Amino acid sequence: MERRDFLKNSVFASGMALIPSFLKGMEFLTPDQLSGYRNVIIIQLSGGNDGLNTIIPIHNDIYHRLRPAIAKKKQETLAIDDTLAFNNHLQEIKQLYDQGDVSIINNVGYPNPNRSHFRSSDIWHTASGADQHLTDGWIGRYLDAHCEHPYQAIEVDKGLSLTLKGKKMNGIAVSDPTLLYHSTREPFFKNIIVNTDQEMLDENNQGYLYKTMLETYSSASYIYETSKIYQTTTQYPSTAFGKNLKCIADFIISGLTTRVYYSSLGGFDNHVNQVNSQDRLLEIYSQAIGALVKDLKKNSRFKDTLILTFSEFGRRVKQNASRGTDHGTANNVFVIGGGLKKPGIYNEPPNLSDLDISGDLKHSIDFRSIYATILNNWLNVNDAPILGKTFDSLGFV
Amino acid sequence: MSRLTNKHIQHLYWRAGFGISYTELHQVKKMSKNKIIQHLFDQSKDPKELHIDLKEFEKDPKTLTKEKRKELRNLQNQKILDMNALWFEQMKNTKGVLREKMTLFFQNHFAVRLRMPKVMLYFHNTIRKHALSNFGELLMDISRSPAMIMFLNNRQNRKGSPNENFAREVMELFTLGRDNRYTEKDIKEAARAFTGWDFDKEGKFVFRQYRHDSGDKVFLERKGAFKGEDIIKILLEEKQTAIYLTEKIYRFFVHDTINQEHIKELATIFYDSNYNIEILLKSIFSSTWFYDKKNIGTKIKSPVDLITGLNRQFYITYAEPKVLFYTQRKLNQMLFYPPNVAGWPGGKYWIDSSTMMIRLKLASVMLTNGKIDMDIKQDMPENMMTNPRKSKRTGLAKRIRAQGNWKKFLVTLQTENKKEVTDFLIQPELSEAAKRVLSASGINDTKSFIVELLSLPEYQLC
Repeated sequence: MERRDFLKNSVFASGMALIPSFLKGMEFLTPDQLSGYRNVIIIQLSGGNDGLNTIIPIHNDIYHRLRPAIAKKKQETLAIDDTLAFNNHLQEIKQLYDQGDVSIINNVGYPNPNRSHFRSSDIWHTASGADQHLTDGWIGRYLDAHCEHPYQAIEVDKGLSLTLKGKKMNGIAVSDPTLLYHSTREPFFKNIIVNTDQEMLDENNQGYLYKTMLETYSSASYIYETSKIYQTTTQYPSTAFGKNLKCIADFIISGLTTRVYYSSLGGFDNHVNQVNSQDRLLEIYSQAIGALVKDLKKNSRFKDTLILTFSEFGRRVKQNASRGTDHGTANNVFVIGGGLKKPGIYNEPPNLSDLDISGDLKHSIDFRSIYATILNNWLNVNDAPILGKTFDSLGFV
Repeated sequence: MSRLTNKHIQHLYWRAGFGISYTELHQVKKMSKNKIIQHLFDQSKDPKELHIDLKEFEKDPKTLTKEKRKELRNLQNQKILDMNALWFEQMKNTKGVLREKMTLFFQNHFAVRLRMPKVMLYFHNTIRKHALSNFGELLMDISRSPAMIMFLNNRQNRKGSPNENFAREVMELFTLGRDNRYTEKDIKEAARAFTGWDFDKEGKFVFRQYRHDSGDKVFLERKGAFKGEDIIKILLEEKQTAIYLTEKIYRFFVHDTINQEHIKELATIFYDSNYNIEILLKSIFSSTWFYDKKNIGTKIKSPVDLITGLNRQFYITYAEPKVLFYTQRKLNQMLFYPPNVAGWPGGKYWIDSSTMMIRLKLASVMLTNGKIDMDIKQDMPENMMTNPRKSKRTGLAKRIRAQGNWKKFLVTLQTENKKEVTDFLIQPELSEAAKRVLSASGINDTKSFIVELLSLPEYQLC
């Protein structure tokens, strides 16, 4: 069957013609539209990844002096240049780096950094200042302003991050598209859905439940039917994170009109005996990203994809008494993609001789500049209304 | 208002427990409001500690073979799961529902996640013991418990090289609340005071003098050679602790959005009673505003509320404990496995696209193998395209192998009147869509009608 016919049949099979009119307007990408349809994958390394043992200032004496038990030795790294080296558990990322597909942005943070996981995650998710409390995420605001459907931002994970929650619209959380789809097919639920009026969907909890049900109903059909088109044959690592990225690849290659994908890898909060557990996590990250990029390249979608990896904060330069590190501030951010304008090390390495009073790195790039660049230069929308003010564009894409 | 209506009693029992059976509703209906509230506390007098067999772990690991040690590590996981299943069983069967509810609250307030059954069991039973009495004592015992000392790294917090993890979280999460009252400097000073806290092989708290920084500290404008206990006492002296706790308890029992006037009044009562939890809860349950229309049927049930509510009402049994774990995981609330130190945020957080559909389907999966009967009068061609036999066993029904006892439930339910049944099972007012669907469905037998009710979005609220 031709892809186009397949899509047409799917629309009938899923009964989408009968959903309330205000939810209509499903779009499918034809193969020629598919090329050039840009998307962003956002990955959070949650818990606060230690950036200094990820991209390592290997020749810096202060680094070795402040971290006698946890500093990496030269043979445990993969050299980048005269100052920096990859943690050697980032093999695949290093290969991509050598191919010009990676940009590493150092010293990313924000003024008056907060060292609480929750507060700092909230700041990154909402793109707020440290003194500002927002209840919607930056991608949620992008959805509100520029998208028609909740599924244009999908989190492949257990729950929905604040990043994807808007005022009018939330993204969709999917960990198993088939299960989600089948659960919406119950005739009783369809009956509720066709009887629902838009007026009922107000802000209280009852309205919220109905709204979620409706959005799920229509999005689940769309995601399920469309993602059936492509099932990857690329080998992914059998980790939960690997499976999540595989699911994202299926979505992208199948031609979902999704703009933003989100997933996270947790466990980076290493106050104690950090080295082994961080290395293991970086390896999980690297192997999964390696498989994803290979898959996207094979299907000519890598040039339309941008992968942003961040963590809510970096960690303190000096190790603590338990061969771990405490919560810190500025950190490095990875941008991986087939269309980078400035691959390589984007800016100056961290300055370990100029720390703040807590002994933490000072930031030189506001994380919202990265968001602004992605919104403006990659997704081609006006960033200022989404971010609340204007930030410098960084020109990595 | 000395008498409560059925709706009010159901409201009280959903918030203070996991709903109420029809029989019990008609028993307590005869009592005055204050009597019912007192009855809830009386039935929760016993802390009902959990007990699991841990004798496998008593041997000195040094005397064991490598294989045996590995076996024991796997067994540790299993024992935590045993505790999980045991707790669910207790919530299903106990009369002391308020104790369980408050234990749930504090187990999430002090969200610890460790793979160590012995310290987790002690931790849990410590919460049970204090759950309805004194918050100050609870805070002190929990802070000094091995689980907390392990989880927030006080064990690694030593003179000269402090670990700030506990010092930060005790203020941010357990007492003052984020960004309230304290500074980064206070965290550093408190961390110094907590140095030396540790526990021995038996799991008993030990103060190790040689690791303790005995110098002067300046903490929240007070100065002294403070130890950890002094920091906890100072935090309890701060009224902000009472305010923060009251807000959190209010959101848990009353409404997602706090009412500042109510908080002001309640926090003063809580603070003046020296953190007496029973007094605080009684003030909430006996107020008139607790029974305001805007507070009834407006909270989203947590997965534990939803599951336990069904378990109790319909006597659900599970093919194996694994089924219960699967359900908890899919709904994003696995007891003893909180997502992080802040615990589950609750409210709308429970609801996203995937959890919503599972939640709607849960009752029918448990009671009728996933079938929701309908006799549709409207012209709905799309339903003809779905083979009802095929939809009978979705992936969910295959995985959630649980079974209710209709007979037992229907015997206690002494009415077949649709309105009475609806008022009993559904707390909020029905939406227009729900009303239309229910009246269009020509279902006459009580069983199928009940499954329809339980499959409405309204059943997700209490």
